[in-house]
Amino acid sequence: MNYFQLFNLPASFDLDLTELGSRYLQLQRRFHPDQHSAGSERDKLLAVQQTANINDAYHSLKHPLLRAEHLLSLRGLKISNEQRSFTDPMFLMQQMELREQIAEIEQSADPDSVIDMIERQLQQQKKALLQQLAAALDAENTAQDQLAADVIRKLKFFFKLQQELELIEQQLQD
Amino acid sequence: MLLQIAEPGQSAAPHQHKLAAGIDLGTTNSLVATVRSGEAKTLVNQQGRDMLPSVVRYTADNVIVGDDAMAAAATDADNTIVSVKRLMGKGYSETLALKDKVPYQLVDQQGLVAIDTAQGVKNPVEISAEILATLANTASETLGGELNGVVITVPAYFDDAQRQATKDAAKLAGLNVMRLLNEPTAAALAYGLDSGQEGVIAVYDLGGGTFDISILRLRRGVFEVLATGGDSALGGDDFDHAIVSHLQQLSGQSSLSHQAMRHYLTLARHVKEQLTDNEVTDFTLPGATQSMQLSRADIEQLIAPLVKKTIRACRQVLRDADLTVEDVVKVVMVGGSTRVPLVRQDVARFFGNEPLTSIDPDKVVALGAAIQANVLVGNKADSDTLLLDVIPLSLGLETMGGLTEKIIPRNTVIPVARAQEFTTFKDGQTAMALHVVQGERELVDDCRSLARFELRGIPPMPAGGAHIRVTFQVDADGLLSVTAQEKSSGVQANIQVKPSYGLSDEQVTTMLKSSMQFARQDMQLRLLREQQVEAERVLEAVSQALNTDVSLLDEKEVADITQALARLAQVKQGDDTAAIKAAIEHTNTLTDDFAARRMDQSIRTALKGHNVDEV
Repeated sequence: MNYFQLFNLPASFDLDLTELGSRYLQLQRRFHPDQHSAGSERDKLLAVQQTANINDAYHSLKHPLLRAEHLLSLRGLKISNEQRSFTDPMFLMQQMELREQIAEIEQSADPDSVIDMIERQLQQQKKALLQQLAAALDAENTAQDQLAADVIRKLKFFFKLQQELELIEQQLQD
Repeated sequence: MLLQIAEPGQSAAPHQHKLAAGIDLGTTNSLVATVRSGEAKTLVNQQGRDMLPSVVRYTADNVIVGDDAMAAAATDADNTIVSVKRLMGKGYSETLALKDKVPYQLVDQQGLVAIDTAQGVKNPVEISAEILATLANTASETLGGELNGVVITVPAYFDDAQRQATKDAAKLAGLNVMRLLNEPTAAALAYGLDSGQEGVIAVYDLGGGTFDISILRLRRGVFEVLATGGDSALGGDDFDHAIVSHLQQLSGQSSLSHQAMRHYLTLARHVKEQLTDNEVTDFTLPGATQSMQLSRADIEQLIAPLVKKTIRACRQVLRDADLTVEDVVKVVMVGGSTRVPLVRQDVARFFGNEPLTSIDPDKVVALGAAIQANVLVGNKADSDTLLLDVIPLSLGLETMGGLTEKIIPRNTVIPVARAQEFTTFKDGQTAMALHVVQGERELVDDCRSLARFELRGIPPMPAGGAHIRVTFQVDADGLLSVTAQEKSSGVQANIQVKPSYGLSDEQVTTMLKSSMQFARQDMQLRLLREQQVEAERVLEAVSQALNTDVSLLDEKEVADITQALARLAQVKQGDDTAAIKAAIEHTNTLTDDFAARRMDQSIRTALKGHNVDEV
């Protein structure tokens, strides 16, 4: 299923999220089961399935990583459930360093400033990767698509680190 | 044929006012409300009361609900069921902690909790059905006809089993449930916050025995429950007990008899209510002659620690939602105990915001439910409100080693469907078992077991050869259903569901047949009526589809469908339930394709003509 088509939006990584949001609500208003509560059993079931689709599509386009994955899968490159190990030694080294820094936050004298520093690094790296991703996806050729897939794999690490960082921040607050 | 243009889901037929009601099925009290002349109002029973105590008493040959049942709570405690809501969707083993706290006998009914009464073992679904039927009766008598549909409210944190139990109870009471609505959402609807208001809303609900705090986000008419919290063992009753202890000290009595305790409780409630509007109140202790005086400040000192506890829960839930008090634009007060001035004052201070109290806090949930019921039944075609709920707890599957794998994370907008693929691990394997749990923890044992599914009829293949795609679907009420299909052969696997803490479809049907309500009416007649109503819906839906989208069909299809409709209309007049059912199924099969084409078309047209500038 082409989620961009569902929202009648151009299949591009660079997506107007406000526009996506209002189209999402427009579709929900039309298809939500509450609009069909007086309908027949079959119509109600269809409404549930349809809104489940719409919700899924919205969810997938809203998040940049999922959106990029969907775009690649439309171009025949499926990476959403792949299980492959990552073999870029430089990148892995960098990840390990970041991980160590995060693990040491609690022992540090001034955890807040350490968190801020790591946060800035993560943001910087993410921003750079997202720019790379956008450029690669824009090129619309196989070689660049492969590159985009690699960037997505890297970004996943960063999103995960960010989550861990937020968790630690929350624990420290408590 | 006369062509009429109608929006899908709206009736093309001349507008006919339908009867709908909102029901607040509470732990202590229940209410029913409806919208009349554009205004939501609670409905009163023959005794002139709108609050029905959620109490059911079983005598050898009768079932009594409400005030009369409560009057016997002390003398016939074994057969008088109070606070049954706490038992909904619970397993017997989960309620052991309540065993000493409830005055009636809890028993194990095939793993589910039930109660031993003068009329035999009754489960919470049956007991709740009695309360629902009583409320529906009040509504039917007042409105002069059978209800077309109801909206029933549930706590936002209710899990699948508790929601399903509520829906089963409604089915047993013969009600058509259009929607289960979250209580805080209902309260916000009653205040009309769906129109115009944007931002984060806190709903503070302090009832007799429970405290709930919910954080909602409202954005362009869309409600989202962001987080819920509270204390299931804290309420206005605790205020009363704190006052009793104080009165006891004043009287110098160290222990109270059962009887004396009740007198003291009544007095405590009276004092509390007096001090809601007055600064001081005079009273006489039970058995005493001399009058005494208490001030509002006196009792505020007694209950302050309890109120503080609720504020702590508010802080916690805001943290869960990743928000601060500054983000909250409105605070809605629900529950009788929010009348206490100290509660209002502390809530206002914490949120830095004067809470909304203009609607009776005991009725606000029922009124909101009535507003939504009126929309869903089709009486308010121009409604712009869209209630998008989220799933309150994550759904997961048990994997190797007793771990859970999340399929649908909490706070995902519903309805939602997620598919997962499985493969066989033995040659010729034709069956497979799945265990679905609900909760946030990693170990299966720490989550709540929802159901075990057994897939049968997988075509025999070598190990790893069969790919089974299992789809988990959660509907707008937050209820789960599961389907499975083998991918290469397309064979639909047969699924047997065994709810962990709920009733199977068969059990509900059996209960329906044996229940008192339906013995009085005619079960057969009921089933016939149900099919006739569904036949009407199918007729209306398909005729309307033909009116608007006949261009999607070729001549033969139109002729076939028209013929099927004529046949359905004719069979519907008769009293052959099976024949009506068959005619409905025939029409459905014949129009499946048509329905799919219409769906595609309406998606294309829904967004047509809207470009970026307009929206």
